[in-house]
Parts: sequence; C-alpha cells; structure tokens
Amino acid sequence: MSDLRYLEDVITLQFDVDKCTGCGQCALVCPHGVFVMDGNRAKVVDRGACMECGACALNCAFGAIDVKSGVGCAAAIIASYFRRGDVSCGPDDTGGSTGVCC
Amino acid sequence: MPGSKVTRPRLDQPFVTGSIDTLTGTVPVVPAELTWRDRRGGHKVRWGIGRYTYTVDPGLYAVGSPTDLSPVLVTANYKLTFDALRRTLTGRDAWILVLDTRGINVWCAAGKGTFGTAELVSRVKSSGLAQVVSHGVLVLPQLGATGVAAHEVRRGTGFRVLWGPVRAADLPVFLDAGMRATAEMRTVTFPLRDRLALIPVEAANVVALALAVAAGAVVTGGIGPGWYSVARALERAPIGIAAAFAAIIAGTVVTPALLPWLPCRMFAVKGAIVGLAAALLIDLAFWSAGAPFSLAAAGVVAVAGASFAAMNFTGTSTFTSLHGVEKEMRLVMPWQALGAVLAVGLWIAGGWL
Repeated sequence: MSDLRYLEDVITLQFDVDKCTGCGQCALVCPHGVFVMDGNRAKVVDRGACMECGACALNCAFGAIDVKSGVGCAAAIIASYFRRGDVSCGPDDTGGSTGVCC
Repeated sequence: MPGSKVTRPRLDQPFVTGSIDTLTGTVPVVPAELTWRDRRGGHKVRWGIGRYTYTVDPGLYAVGSPTDLSPVLVTANYKLTFDALRRTLTGRDAWILVLDTRGINVWCAAGKGTFGTAELVSRVKSSGLAQVVSHGVLVLPQLGATGVAAHEVRRGTGFRVLWGPVRAADLPVFLDAGMRATAEMRTVTFPLRDRLALIPVEAANVVALALAVAAGAVVTGGIGPGWYSVARALERAPIGIAAAFAAIIAGTVVTPALLPWLPCRMFAVKGAIVGLAAALLIDLAFWSAGAPFSLAAAGVVAVAGASFAAMNFTGTSTFTSLHGVEKEMRLVMPWQALGAVLAVGLWIAGGWL
C-alpha cells in the first residue's frame, strides 16, 4: 500500500499508551498496519496510514484509543448533507436504500 | 440458550443442496462449489443490477459434514460475500453463521454497524450455536472489526472471537496454520484487478448524472441568434454528449485504473488531470467544427465532471479517511461548482459564437 496513501494531516487517531494493557487487539484488527506490538505495549508506527475505520478503538477494552471514525466516502458525505444522521454506508434504518453505493 | 427460540434459514433457497440435523434443529447444507446460476448472479450485481436484494437468509449453514469441533465462520448476508466465503471451503467441514446485514458486504455493513456486536450476539443465540459446537470460537473476517467488539461478544455469548484474514481467499491457509494470519493477510490492499472489478458499478452510479448533463447540453444547445433553433441543437449535440461521457470515462474508468500513478493524493485532482487529457482529445476531435466556446465548455465539463466522479471513488477505495475526504471536498468542491457555472455560461455563449 506504500504507493496508495491519502491525506495524513487531518487524521484524528489518538493513542494513550498509559491505558494500554498489551492485549494486541488493535494490531490484529487494523487493516493498514498502524499499530504494532512493542514488548508488552502497543505502538503507533504509521499514523498517516489510518483510515479512521474505528476498528481499533471499538476493540480496545481499556479505552486507550480514540478516533472520530466514519467512512472516507464522498458520496456518503454528500448524502449526509441531505438527511440527518451520521456519514455512513448502506440502507437507512427504515430499510430503504439511501442511494449511496454500498 | 434455554427458553430462546431457535430460527433457521429456509431450506428452499436455490443454493441449498441438503440439510443436516443438530441438537437444535435442521441446518441447511451449501456446497463449496458455485453453480453457473451463482456466477451469473455475481456478474449482474457487479453492474449494479439488483444489488440491494441479492441476499441469503441469515442464520446457520453447514459446508461438508461439520461436527461440534468444526470452525464457525461468520459472514454477511450479501450473497456475493456468502459465495466468496463458501467457495474457499472446498473439501472442508465448517459452519457458516450469516448475520443480517440487509444484503450489504462485511466492511460496509461493519461501518454501518449492521455487521455488529448486537447482531452477532443475538444471531449466536437464535442459531442455538452453543449447542451445535463445543469449542466456543467464532472466526470473523478482520474487516468486521469496525462493527464488532470482540470483548463484548465474549461477555454477551461466552464465544471468543478470532479475527480471520481480510480476504476470504486466504482462509484455507489461515485455517491450516492453526488460525493464524500473516501480516500480509491482515493488510488491505487495492490492486489493479480490484479497482477494475469495481469500475462497472462505479460507472453505473454516475451514468444517470452524465445522461442528464448530455440531455441538458443538447436541449440548451439550440439557444442562440433567433432565440431557438432545433438544427443548431442537433449540430452541437455531439460535442455536448461527448463531453459528458468523456467525463464519466475519465473519472470512473481511467482514474481508478491509473490511481497509484497519477500525481497528488486528492482523488478529485487525479480525476481533473485525466479529465484535462480527455478535454484535449475532445477539442482535437471537434476542432473542425470551428466552435471555440462550445469546445471550451466541453473541456470544462470533462475536467470538472471527471474530477467529481473521481472524488466519488474515495468511498470505493480502501484507504481514505472521513476527515481526509472532508478536507478534500472542502478544497475542491468550490472549483467543481465554478467549473459547472463556467461550463453553462460558455455553452450558452457558444450558441452565438
């Protein structure tokens, strides 16, 4: 993925190493290798590769990770201008399609 | 779960080839081999046909002759996803637990939360899984982690979540390695063949917009000296139609294909660069028409349209962040809007000049 990187200076990922217990879930779930295990703690090694999917924060049972997650999708962001709620994919809660792609 | 009702997927779904009996009822069996009908369905949805209704019943399925020791693989109820999973299981015995993601693939559904902790916990219970397997382990696709908190699943069901590989194709190696994934299996990539596979649906998403632009260009093309002339509209129509479709091809076919090699990280800029090349081709092709304002309008449509279409490819890509895309949109959308206004002005002026 080294040749496919995106805008890095606006990434909202925050990691509090003091709360880390070294369980390793973040390093397992991150699809872009942002975390690696460094001894008995996790370590952020490639913050700029973060796509803010939120998998690490959701799977950190100790609240050591914070990220304002969402989909990096222009179509979903445009759709969110026209309806209330978060920027997200898929059908809305009434079961109908929003017309967004996935 | 004592007292809770066990529900099973229907046995009369076309891809179900048999059934096996468990302590908690009959489970449909599906083959690992796809039929021509499965493949035809897959081709159709890649063109956007019936994508939102291409589903399988949620619940527990069997591949081969699984026992209480066989692995449980969790997936989404988008049939393309279900098929991609089962086709990797040739010669194996496994359980497949399908979550109700309303026909959406794992990653998108996880982002939405439908491939999520609550759905997984309730599906484990309603499938009677604790009475079907004895190992207490669920294998989830890694990309489901955006919606599923492993520690909460354990609290809610007693089952331990193991994160499988990103790609279903790596499942056989993962299973044979004692459920261990290599770093490569844990990483999302976006190779050329994946980008190309997504082109049809990407183009289908914006074809209506391109048709509207082309129709608008043809209709307004008649405006000029003497107020309106159908002959003038027809004469200018090829330029307007070419511009709209050049924008689509530049933004949804060429830009995705060339993505890593186009300069700048912003997709809209990559698209604008390809759109500029398309604009030059249109102007060369129609040079003899001697219509400078119409050609300028066509060029602006190609650049701004390709830029907009390419920007929408951010959601299809595998590496863009919400705040990155918001920044890109803030920076480029005013220019795209300016391009749209400029194109309309030049096109109307082209009726006289």
